[in-house]
Amino acid sequence: MTATATSARSDLSELGRSETALRTFLHGLPGVDQVGAEQRAAQLGTRSIKTTAKAQAIDLAIRMVDLTTLEGADTPGKVRALAAKALRPDPADPSCPHVGAVCVYPAMVPYVAEVLRGSAVHLASVATSFPSGQAPLEIKLADVRAAVEAGADEIDMVINRGAFLAGRYQEVYDEIVATRSACGDAHLKVILETGELATYDNVRRASWLAMLAGGDFIKTSTGKVPVAATLPVTLVMLEAVRDFRAATGRQVGVKPAGGIKTTKDAIKYLVMVNETAGADWLDPDWFRFGASSLLNDLLMQRTKLTTGVYAGPDYFTLD
Amino acid sequence: MIFEYAPAPESRSVVDLKPSYGLFVDGEFVDPTDGGSFKSINPASEEVLAEVAEAGAGDVDRAVRAARRAYEQVWGPMPGRDRAKYLFRIARIIQERSRELAVLESLDNGKPIRESRDVDLPLVAAHFFYYAGWADKLPHAGFGPDPQPIGVAAQVIPWNFPLLMLAWKIAPALAAGNTVVLKPAETTPLTALLFAEICQQADLPAGVVNIVTGAGDTGRALVEHADVDKVAFTGSTEVGRAIARSIAGTRKKLTLELGGKAANIVFDDAPVDQAVEGIVNGIFFNQGHVCCAGSRLLIQENVAEQVLESLKRRMAQLRVGDPLDKNTDIGAINSAAQLARIRELSDAGSAEGAERWSPACELPERGFWFAPTIFTGVTQAHRIAREEIFGPVLSVLTFRTPAEAVEKANNTPYGLSAGIWTDKGSRILWMADRLRAGVVWANTFNKFDPTSPFGGYKESGYGREGGRHGLEGYLNV
Repeated sequence: MTATATSARSDLSELGRSETALRTFLHGLPGVDQVGAEQRAAQLGTRSIKTTAKAQAIDLAIRMVDLTTLEGADTPGKVRALAAKALRPDPADPSCPHVGAVCVYPAMVPYVAEVLRGSAVHLASVATSFPSGQAPLEIKLADVRAAVEAGADEIDMVINRGAFLAGRYQEVYDEIVATRSACGDAHLKVILETGELATYDNVRRASWLAMLAGGDFIKTSTGKVPVAATLPVTLVMLEAVRDFRAATGRQVGVKPAGGIKTTKDAIKYLVMVNETAGADWLDPDWFRFGASSLLNDLLMQRTKLTTGVYAGPDYFTLD
Repeated sequence: MIFEYAPAPESRSVVDLKPSYGLFVDGEFVDPTDGGSFKSINPASEEVLAEVAEAGAGDVDRAVRAARRAYEQVWGPMPGRDRAKYLFRIARIIQERSRELAVLESLDNGKPIRESRDVDLPLVAAHFFYYAGWADKLPHAGFGPDPQPIGVAAQVIPWNFPLLMLAWKIAPALAAGNTVVLKPAETTPLTALLFAEICQQADLPAGVVNIVTGAGDTGRALVEHADVDKVAFTGSTEVGRAIARSIAGTRKKLTLELGGKAANIVFDDAPVDQAVEGIVNGIFFNQGHVCCAGSRLLIQENVAEQVLESLKRRMAQLRVGDPLDKNTDIGAINSAAQLARIRELSDAGSAEGAERWSPACELPERGFWFAPTIFTGVTQAHRIAREEIFGPVLSVLTFRTPAEAVEKANNTPYGLSAGIWTDKGSRILWMADRLRAGVVWANTFNKFDPTSPFGGYKESGYGREGGRHGLEGYLNV
């Protein structure tokens, strides 16, 4: 909320210089009542989005998808196919928008870059020893530089959860700052891995920490731990970016990732963005979905809205 | 991007409205003896929904006699386990027909379908299920080894939660072995009449539940009827007082649930985003037509500005309009008379120097509407800090210390509910000990459950509804 933020406005840039200042600030943020936050998220989930509003939401959601594959089994052929789908999600319908970005491991970046060259689809890469982040800092930074050099214009980093949970906020902060600088012109998305942070108070603190250190986006999850994006976690993060902009004037994006599989889910998130952070965030520059199977459900619902009938799964490409 | 939600209206077709309704007496719908009637309208459009019979003294007498007969011959002697079967059956039918009941409630009352669907109806069914469970366990309720029913209960309910108040009255009365004559409010009789149909569907013995519709005169004839053993009333303090006077000196037992002017107290360590939700839910839930509404917001002065800023931003998101639209947050004011009262008190607020604020919101042309409103700079001496407005109007006051918060919260003739927002558990307990209110919510507001007793201190009434305590008013103890 704005209470702490407003009073600390002039000092925000100084906070990263001392562990004590960071700790005092983060622990001074207002708490999150778990029951209340979950209730609010559930209530927003009861909004009924129909007809024109649904069509608008589906197209927006498609443009917000970070089409993702992060498997040990990823090959050049697999990621090229994914990139082709990102450009033209529905080959049968040229009015269907392209997705926001393709998200792959650094080793796969060159193959995706070939396909996406000249298009408006962004190329995101997870770096910093994704998903655990348990590697020496120099190796993580080299990972980032390699991805950027190979053509990634967005970097999804993981925070050092071990350090965060141990209360070593300075260490987490410094790593984000170093990664930010290794990114060069690339956008930095900071993955909090909220499933490992466990409490909403931690999610709020980690969100502020990532924003203070210069992250362009805050992202919920790697998709590699059992609990990925949830509506209440995203609610707390949307409140954080809203309050951060009120305090500093800088807008930061939000990316829920993992477990969002249906159009219905995606629309719940968009309603939450609309009624929490506001219309300024309803744009692929400020809100993304980290997802893979979500896209086909969006396409299926989109076709249903235009034609009035559901087409079978074989009418949508599997990549 | 501007994300406009397209209209998402719930279909009216599930409701089969008849052009006119009679009285429900002795298991049958009957015409009133003097043939009087009145119209029930949809407050969101002023459209006439149905014509409803007005019960005169003769009709009330007929209903009370039916209830007496059913009490003596059928319901009173019936074993609790058999009464329970009927109550469980009613609860299940309510669940099965909940969509129909929710739509009808929103049509007749003006409350948003989101609330009638997600709050009113689930609570109504839960109440019948809960008291059905007590019917064969009364010896274990703490009122002696073999507590007996009282007899015939006269019950008069308000228009703000028509079906839920009916459930709060009828479920415990029937579970304890009483029979009832219930009068719904004159602006919202329709769900009670649909409930009468449900009683028929459940094969409830004739005369156990009787519904007499009408206005104040009908209510007076009912509570003053000589053969009534128990009177239960929910409504205004003024009418409650009149009822208490009229039955003084008789053998009738009385429970009253009256007005409120609850304090919702926000400390500087509160979880602010959730507190703002709680403030909104506290005063704008059901258009503020809630006796336990958090109509006085007490904010610790050192965070007042920030909390108000967040509150205003949140209020700008509230969607006012068609109650049947699934995305509506605030529906219609229940009647022209209530709208006039809200306007009068709001004007008094402005005239006495409080600062008035409402978000930009377009109100429909027809029907009764009032934009969500807050008044800042309110003091204890303002009328809007003392009188119950019963509308979407919040008075904002500040305090400096916990002791001052308690003092201001208690400085009211009412004492129905209160809310505390703080991250400190010890402070919640300290406050709850000192607040003179029947219900104290901590880090939440307007939460109801059939297992939890509800009722007031001081001019908010006496007796408790809900929980084991709710049985006491219907047992001869």
